[in-house]
Amino acid sequence: MTATETYKVGARSGVGVSSQRPDAVPKATGEFSFSSDLSSHNMLWGKTLRSPYPSARIRNIDYSEALAISGVHAILTASDVPGKNLFGLEHPDQPVLADDIVRYAGEPIALVAAEHPEIAADAISRIHVDFEVLNPLVDAESAVTADPIHPEGNVIRHLVIDYGDPTSSGDVTVEGTYEVGMQDQAFMGTESGMAVPSPDGSVDLYISTQWLHSDQKQIIEALNLPEDMVRLTLAGVGGAFGGREDVSMHVHLCMLALHTGRPVKMIYDRNESFLGHVHRHPAKIWYRHHANKDGLLVKVEGKIILDGGAYASTTSAVLANACCFSTGPYKVDNAQIEGWGVRTNNPPCGAMRGFGNVQTCFAIEAQMDKIASALDIDPVELRLKNALEPGDQIITGQEITGAAPVKEVISSLADHPMPEPAINDLLARPGGTGRTTDQKHVKRGVGFAVSIKNLMFAEGFDDSSEALCEVNDGSVAIHTACVEVGQGFVTLVHQIAEEILGVSDITVIPADTSIGSAGSTSASRQTWMSGGAVLKACEAVVVNLIEQIAEEEGVKYENLDGTLVSEDGTKTIPISEALRGRSFQEKVVHRHAPTFPLDEKGQGNAHVSFAFAAHRAVVDVDQELGLVRVVEIATSQDVGRILNPIQAVGQIEGGITQGLGLAVLEELVMKNGVIQNANFTDYLLPTALDTPPIEIASLIEEPEPGAPFGAKGIGEPPTISSTPAVVAAIRDATGLDLRRVPVRPEDIALE
Amino acid sequence: MAKVTQDHLNVNGTKFTIDDSWLGESLLYTLRERLGLYGSKNACEQGECGSCSIMLDETLVCACLVLTGSAIGRDIKTIESLAPEGSLSVIQQAFVDAGAIQCGFCTPGLLVTIEDFLDDNAEPTELEIREAISGNLCRCTGYGRIVEAVRIASKASTDMEGAADDGN
Repeated sequence: MTATETYKVGARSGVGVSSQRPDAVPKATGEFSFSSDLSSHNMLWGKTLRSPYPSARIRNIDYSEALAISGVHAILTASDVPGKNLFGLEHPDQPVLADDIVRYAGEPIALVAAEHPEIAADAISRIHVDFEVLNPLVDAESAVTADPIHPEGNVIRHLVIDYGDPTSSGDVTVEGTYEVGMQDQAFMGTESGMAVPSPDGSVDLYISTQWLHSDQKQIIEALNLPEDMVRLTLAGVGGAFGGREDVSMHVHLCMLALHTGRPVKMIYDRNESFLGHVHRHPAKIWYRHHANKDGLLVKVEGKIILDGGAYASTTSAVLANACCFSTGPYKVDNAQIEGWGVRTNNPPCGAMRGFGNVQTCFAIEAQMDKIASALDIDPVELRLKNALEPGDQIITGQEITGAAPVKEVISSLADHPMPEPAINDLLARPGGTGRTTDQKHVKRGVGFAVSIKNLMFAEGFDDSSEALCEVNDGSVAIHTACVEVGQGFVTLVHQIAEEILGVSDITVIPADTSIGSAGSTSASRQTWMSGGAVLKACEAVVVNLIEQIAEEEGVKYENLDGTLVSEDGTKTIPISEALRGRSFQEKVVHRHAPTFPLDEKGQGNAHVSFAFAAHRAVVDVDQELGLVRVVEIATSQDVGRILNPIQAVGQIEGGITQGLGLAVLEELVMKNGVIQNANFTDYLLPTALDTPPIEIASLIEEPEPGAPFGAKGIGEPPTISSTPAVVAAIRDATGLDLRRVPVRPEDIALE
Repeated sequence: MAKVTQDHLNVNGTKFTIDDSWLGESLLYTLRERLGLYGSKNACEQGECGSCSIMLDETLVCACLVLTGSAIGRDIKTIESLAPEGSLSVIQQAFVDAGAIQCGFCTPGLLVTIEDFLDDNAEPTELEIREAISGNLCRCTGYGRIVEAVRIASKASTDMEGAADDGN
């Protein structure tokens, strides 16, 4: 299939068809309620005072002038945090409000609740903080040995992977140092939510997030309240991409609501959103690849430094991904990899789509092209020669036991037709109509890249999701805490329930903390985890239904594709009919196969499953002006099984566009620890004109053992190898080395 | 104390009496937080993302850049006016059918923009479509299905016109 084919949402549901999103119509009419659309009688507006300095000591905070403003109802600082003044996704190391030290520019210091957002902003400007400004530590490499900026030290994690024979060597070696800039998730709906206090001292938080239960756990520690007194309900989420996995305003909103006894709403403006969530880790990566003269990899040596910023967030897990997959989707018998995730006074970094694999993939694929060039082998051929196959080991010693159609992914993409030559239209030129590119100066280039991504959480994490399937007289209600961020899980719930139970009257109960955790909407895991839980809950209903009927009729039944057939074959009844007049309630917890920690040599079965993708980019470049137009990106992807074709295409096109953004546009520009472009004028997101048509050469459907319906997660792979494919294409057009992303005009024009 | 003025905002054909304390607020804030019309979204409040696109006297504008006081007496149309309640306009239906909606935060602004665009250019080329929506940022879709939705809507509209012409 190709993305230029017309996909149309159909009325039919069930698994494998493009059934319509249940939230599509309310989103099209504007009625859908996002977390920023909440309001309540008597509501106040919250706002946060943040540090302008990346490193400073707080000597004094004077908020008397701010508190005297009419309409200001509360000003809270660190001493008002009722419980532990620490939170964190993996472990608590970050203050809810800075106490004596600020460690990054943007760190929250004080909170205001006021009648109007402008009054709150006025109050913020009249809080006087006496700072002793300190020298920030902003270089990740020197952070390893520098004086600690945090009581836990600067090295969040140091990981070594020692695989095979370190003395091995090949006929050729290629070496390079690569850098990845700080990318932002830049979801369209900024952080927002509302906390509503109850007279009993409990609080309800309506919030856009990725993982309600992780938030709840962190909030109750900070508020010093029991779990049942902090209830979370998902409010409409305007995109996430990893940036909502960490707590942002959650504790702040609850504190203000409990303090004032009134509902409090907060919406970060875009500037504050850039300061208020973690970013993709900037990386510095050194590689030396050894290959024999036929192009087979012999050994990979690598050093990877990820800048985690001031607090840990998910740095440890991001580093594990960067290291575990630091040789890409290729078989290699020897690897010596060393990685550091460090603290600096830069903004905290954590989860973003691709999670560690993005950074190393950019460097790996550049290295693969260098080997191809050194040996005069076609880059696609080189990748095919080295492609992982089922039964191969990755460098952690883990055997790939599931589907691994890497060669099929590569070949199907290589066989896909190339786009037409450039058309004579100003809009189609690098820089578009606003620039001055002369078509004569435009050169075309082609680049190819391949990636691997682990699916779901790793290293022994006890990962689960709970689902409830409630049937009442043929109506079905499904409840999970799985967060819908736009990816389409709510559609999938309908499809799975209809597939198993045959009914179309299905309600998705809003995600909240009244049911068990669904884990995070991240790591390409919710189709497998919460989809799996929904599947099991529906199947449990069918099992009970069969038992009930058997008991009533004294004859055994079995389920044949949605129809119950009696043992003697004389009676058949569709499940949907059999459910009429009956009630069931089935709650199940779904877990994937266990994983294990890495040992001191970085060895172990730490991962659940792997997905592969390949991207081919075609670019037009005006080298004189440094302008790039991406003409087309084509892809093949290993998807296990497609559950909803139109949603799969949407994930792939969206993911590739974020990869394109990292390749040529997107970077939070840092100057001595301070973000210089925390707004949409200067942080450049791809527009519809920056984004080319995306061609889907092939979606390889090889069912994954253990996965519900055999479906692999598909959200992350598109973002990983699209970036190196675009950069390889620019190298092809220009002959430049380009060791850093994003590639800026000056990197091309001034080289 | 805020005073009720004699001023009115004409939004989607309805006249709203406004409080004089609202005059200095952005029209986006007034629409959302004063009038409860939350369909227009606030994603950058800097005129860069198009999420708050509305029609002001038949001109496409970002409501975040319009002062409420300057919109008095003018004709304001928001996403809520695109189709009568309970129905969808051609472009709204096309967004649903093409799978152009993921998180949906950019959707209302895009729909207002495209409705205006198709009024002026009923049969656009792909590059014209991309140019027309390049002031509306979307982070989820990569624009592929949105471009497809515009094609579907354009075709549906011209087909309908063709049918109407045949009828004459």
